Amino acid sequence: MLAEWFRELYRLTGINLTIFTDSFDQALFLRGLGTTVSLSVICLSLSLLIGVLGAWWQASRIPLVRALVKGFVVVFRTTPPLVQIYFFYFGLGAILPRVPNAFGVMQPMVGNTQWAILSLALFAGAFNIEIFRSGIEAVPRSTIEAAESLGFSRSLIFFDVVLPLAFRVCLPALNNNLVNLVKTTTLAYAIAVPETLYAAQQIWTDASNVPEMMTVLLITYVALVGVLVAAVRRIEAKLAIPGGMR
Amino acid sequence: MKKFLMPALAMAVALTAGSVAAKADVLDKVKEKGVLVVGVKTDYKPFGFRSPDGSIIGIEPELAADVAKRLKVKLELVPVISSNRMEFLKQGKIDLMIATMSDKPERREQVQFIEPLYYSDAVNILMSKKVKVTAWKQLKDAPICGSTGTFYNKPVESEYGAKIVAFDGTEKPLAALKQGNCVGFLYDQSLVQAKLTEPEWSADYAMPLPSIMETPWAMAVAKGEDRFAKFMSDVTKDWMKSGAIVALEKKYGIAPTAYSQRMHAQFK
Repeated sequence: MLAEWFRELYRLTGINLTIFTDSFDQALFLRGLGTTVSLSVICLSLSLLIGVLGAWWQASRIPLVRALVKGFVVVFRTTPPLVQIYFFYFGLGAILPRVPNAFGVMQPMVGNTQWAILSLALFAGAFNIEIFRSGIEAVPRSTIEAAESLGFSRSLIFFDVVLPLAFRVCLPALNNNLVNLVKTTTLAYAIAVPETLYAAQQIWTDASNVPEMMTVLLITYVALVGVLVAAVRRIEAKLAIPGGMR
Repeated sequence: MKKFLMPALAMAVALTAGSVAAKADVLDKVKEKGVLVVGVKTDYKPFGFRSPDGSIIGIEPELAADVAKRLKVKLELVPVISSNRMEFLKQGKIDLMIATMSDKPERREQVQFIEPLYYSDAVNILMSKKVKVTAWKQLKDAPICGSTGTFYNKPVESEYGAKIVAFDGTEKPLAALKQGNCVGFLYDQSLVQAKLTEPEWSADYAMPLPSIMETPWAMAVAKGEDRFAKFMSDVTKDWMKSGAIVALEKKYGIAPTAYSQRMHAQFK
C-alpha cells in the first residue's frame, strides 16, 4: 500500500525513494538506522561514564592521575574525530593481536564497530570531563564544607553532594555535547560501520537517488536529535531544584 | 517506379560516397605524415604505464605499435586520462584511442567504437590464499572489502551473501585487507591482476574465483572515420585470430581473461 504510493510518486514526480519501494533497500536502511541508534546509545552512556570518572580523577590528590586525565582531555579535544577513527582502525588496529576467523584469515581482535564505539566514546568523553568540571566548580564551596563537617568521605562528597548538583548545572552544556555525539556517529562511515549514512550511500550508489537520500538523511538526523533533546529536557525539568541551587 | 528508384538510389550512393571522400581521411593523413598518433593510459598497469626510463609501455602501447607496423608508419604515443581521451580524439590530437575505455551507450554517441571490442574487464576478488573457495556461492557471510560507489557491491552482497565492508577509494580497502579486517577485496579484475603482479601481494593473495560481470573495453576513432574504423576492425579480428592479446596478457604477467580466450577461440 505504502510502497504503491511511493511507486506512484516516482512515476509522477521522479522522486525515487527506494527505501519505501524496494525491500532490500528498506532492510538496509532500517538496519543502518538501528546501528546508528545503538551506536549513539552505547557511546552516549560510555562518554557519560568517562566524563564522571574523568572529572572525579581530575580532582585527585595523586598528581600523576591528574596529569593523565589532563593529557587525555588535551589529546582528544585537539584532534579531529575522523582522524581519531582512522588512527584507531588503521593505526592501532595494525599492531593488535589477531585471531583466526571462520575463513582461516587472521583477523584483528577489535572490529570496525568496536573501534568506532571506543573512539567516539573517548572523543565525547573528553568534552564531558570538561563539562562536568565546569559544573563541579559551580558547586558552592560552603556546600562541600557543610558535607565535610558532617563527616562525609571524599568520594561520598563527590558522588552524593557535588555530582548531583554539578549535573544540574551542566545539563545544558551536556545536552549540546551529546547532540554533537549523535551527529558524529556518521563518521563511523569512514571505517565501513553500516550505520545510516553508510546505508544511504549504498542505496544511492545503486538507485542514483542522491538528492532524495540526502533529504532522508537530513530528516532522519533531525528526528534522532529531536528525540534526544526532548529526553534531556525532561530530565532537566525533573531534576530542577525549586528555587535554584543557591 | 523501378525506373525512377534506380537512379535515385545511385544518386544517393554517389552523394554519400562524395561526402565521405570530401572529408580528410585520417588514414591518408597518417600515411602522408608517416606517423600514427595513439592515445594510451600511463597510470594503468599493466595496460599502459611508464617504464623506469620514462617511456610508455604495456599491453595497449604494444597493440598501438602493431597497428603502426601494419600501416608502415612510425608510432607516437600520447598519454591520455579518462576525462580527456574522447576530447583528444574529437579534436584530432590523436588518431586512435586505446585507453581502457569501457563500453557505455553515451560514449558510442561521441566517438566511433571499433567492433569487435578488443578487451573486457570484469569483476573479481583479490583473495587471501588462506581462503579455500572455488565458487562465489561459498562466500556466504565472508567479510569482503570493497570500494564505495562501485556498481557490483550490492549484487555480490544480495546474490552471494558476502558481507561487503566498503571504504572510499582503493588504498583504504587494500590496507584493511592486509590487516585481516576482511578476507578479500572486490574490485575491477584488471586492478586485482595488476596487484598480483607485485610481489607485495602475490605472496599471500590470489584470484581463485572466475570473473563475473564482464564490461568490454573499446578502442575508438573519431566519428566518420569509417575507412580507418574498418581497418582497425580487421586488425582486431586478426589479433583475436592469432591470439595476440592472450599472448600479451601472458607477457605482462596477468592471467588471460575469459573474454580474450573466448574471442581467440571464436576467431581461430
